[in-house]
Amino acid sequence: MSNDARTRGDEDPYVAMQTTDEFQALRKKFRGFVFPMTAFFLVWYFVYVLLSIFAPGFMGTKVFGNINLGLLFGLGQFVTTFAITFIYARWANRELDPLADAIGATLDGQKEH
Amino acid sequence: MTSLISADSTAVGSPALNIAIFAGFVLVTLVVIIKLASGKKSAGEFYTASGGFSGRQNGVAIAGDYLSAASFLGIAGAIALQGYDGFLYSIGFLVAWLVALLLVAELMRNTGRLTMADVLSYRLKQRPVRIATAISVLCVSFFYLLAQMAGAGGLVSLLLGVSGEGAQNIVIALVGIVMITYVLIGGMRGTTWVQIIKALLLIAATAIMTVWVLGKYGFNLSGLMQAAVDKNPKVGEKLLAPGVKYGATTTTKIDFISLSLALVLGTAGLPHVLQRFYTVPTSKQARKSVEWAIWLIGGFYLLTLVVGYGAGALVGPAEISAAPGKANSAAPLLAFHLGGSPFLGIVSGIAFATILAVVAGLTITASATFAHDIYKEVIKRGDTTSDQEVRVARMSAIAIGVIAILGGMFAKSQNIAFLVALAFAVAASANLPTILYSLFWKRFNTQGALWSIYGGLISTIGLIIFSPVVSGKAPLPGTTVSPSMITNPDIDFSWFPLDNPGLITIPLAFFLGWLGTVLSKEHNQQKYAEMEVRSLTGHGVAKALEH
Repeated sequence: MSNDARTRGDEDPYVAMQTTDEFQALRKKFRGFVFPMTAFFLVWYFVYVLLSIFAPGFMGTKVFGNINLGLLFGLGQFVTTFAITFIYARWANRELDPLADAIGATLDGQKEH
Repeated sequence: MTSLISADSTAVGSPALNIAIFAGFVLVTLVVIIKLASGKKSAGEFYTASGGFSGRQNGVAIAGDYLSAASFLGIAGAIALQGYDGFLYSIGFLVAWLVALLLVAELMRNTGRLTMADVLSYRLKQRPVRIATAISVLCVSFFYLLAQMAGAGGLVSLLLGVSGEGAQNIVIALVGIVMITYVLIGGMRGTTWVQIIKALLLIAATAIMTVWVLGKYGFNLSGLMQAAVDKNPKVGEKLLAPGVKYGATTTTKIDFISLSLALVLGTAGLPHVLQRFYTVPTSKQARKSVEWAIWLIGGFYLLTLVVGYGAGALVGPAEISAAPGKANSAAPLLAFHLGGSPFLGIVSGIAFATILAVVAGLTITASATFAHDIYKEVIKRGDTTSDQEVRVARMSAIAIGVIAILGGMFAKSQNIAFLVALAFAVAASANLPTILYSLFWKRFNTQGALWSIYGGLISTIGLIIFSPVVSGKAPLPGTTVSPSMITNPDIDFSWFPLDNPGLITIPLAFFLGWLGTVLSKEHNQQKYAEMEVRSLTGHGVAKALEH
């Protein structure tokens, strides 16, 4: 994506860093996680909204007692939101931070020399 | 107990007790602010507490900032009267935080320092982008501020027993003055502590109400819902399924989709929410902030489900609709039914504290935007000292406080939920597209940003003006008063059918951002590389904080 940077990237440490494999791997890893996850929760949220708006009868189907499908789907939104939060935070702490820290350290090293 | 609700008084419970509890909160928080956050401040300290909070503290403060009177009183009231549709509303407010968590919080923390415009103007032309961003930030903050102040006015009549026009104005002025005092003495550090204290009190009080209500129904949610249905024969079983409020016609259905879009995309574009990410030192702490915020906000909305149905079952729609604050009074009335005057006093004190904390956060953000983006970067072209900048920020905080007081007096009869929805619609249309484009799209440039910000802002406000919100709603049954902003039903210049413009304006702003970009050749590869590398690695954040 950033091949045009290579021609004049020698002086600027950020331009040089952007083209390295390490940085591109970090970028790919980050986008590879957050983009599909965003698509997933947006689609699931709007499916829920559209069902509520256009299929209130279906949402009102009782499952047990007064607890109906709509309430379960709504609580499902809470569950997925909490789950995505938990999964993302764990993933980012474990997978993303070490890569980011290593690149930061490389940049610091370049500046000191 | 019931004798306390007398026919000739609008107040419930003991106004003196309500006032005493509120005054107690103000006193305690002022002492905390003076102890922890008074003294001379640099610009970074005033706007962001120098990034000195931990992720957990900031997460609690975010919850304090986000759980405004509209979400506490408004959602509980909506569930009490409209059942499931109120719950539906709260889900949009929660899911929206995933946008902030996954796409915005950490990258903003890594590339900005003091204001939202820092990020948006990072790789674009500074002056035009800062001006555009500042205008949009001030607009969003103004609508949000107005909503909170109007809420304060409405609450007063219910909780403090003052119903006259003049008395309400005095209370609005008082809230404004206390808020200005917080901001001037404490800056962002003091404001954050107020939000933390308030969030803990609010969540604790709501949790107590929840357990109390559930206890009355043998901890059986289904039984509680049945009681709410029995107490509301007009709506009946439909209370438990979606559609009571938004399912009436095709227009109201599309309107709700439009609102949902604005809610889910607006949160991550709210300037006072974004400002909170600068109060932590690193992106790791920003991530932790949002994690905590999601747990607390989500947990809180689950509690409001019980509180809302509890108010429907124990207080009942007739009494809620007859109360001066209508739906907004559902939660306080439930507190009164549960624990009498003392518990009502506590809940109303917390409701006021809520308004105070949210308003203070908005004022800090708006004054930072004015002093940093407009005064320092645009007017003085970066040539000021930190002392001068903070002086301007303090003066703008006073000015914003005065505007909020006057606006609140003017807007106190306006619908709070509408004003908040308007703020979300502007944030989602004018701010979020540019935030996402500048963080994720290499090609994005100044023309794209300007088209998107101004296009989003103008189209949102324009469509609102020509919507039924402002004019032309049919009069309420049995009256000649239109529920529109212009209450005379004969004046009707509305042609846009929806109350919420987001469905049109959000895609439009994304489209304009794309179109403006591809029609301009500008591209700063060096700045783009710098921004992208820094946004993902956090490189340079610690250094930027030191000076």
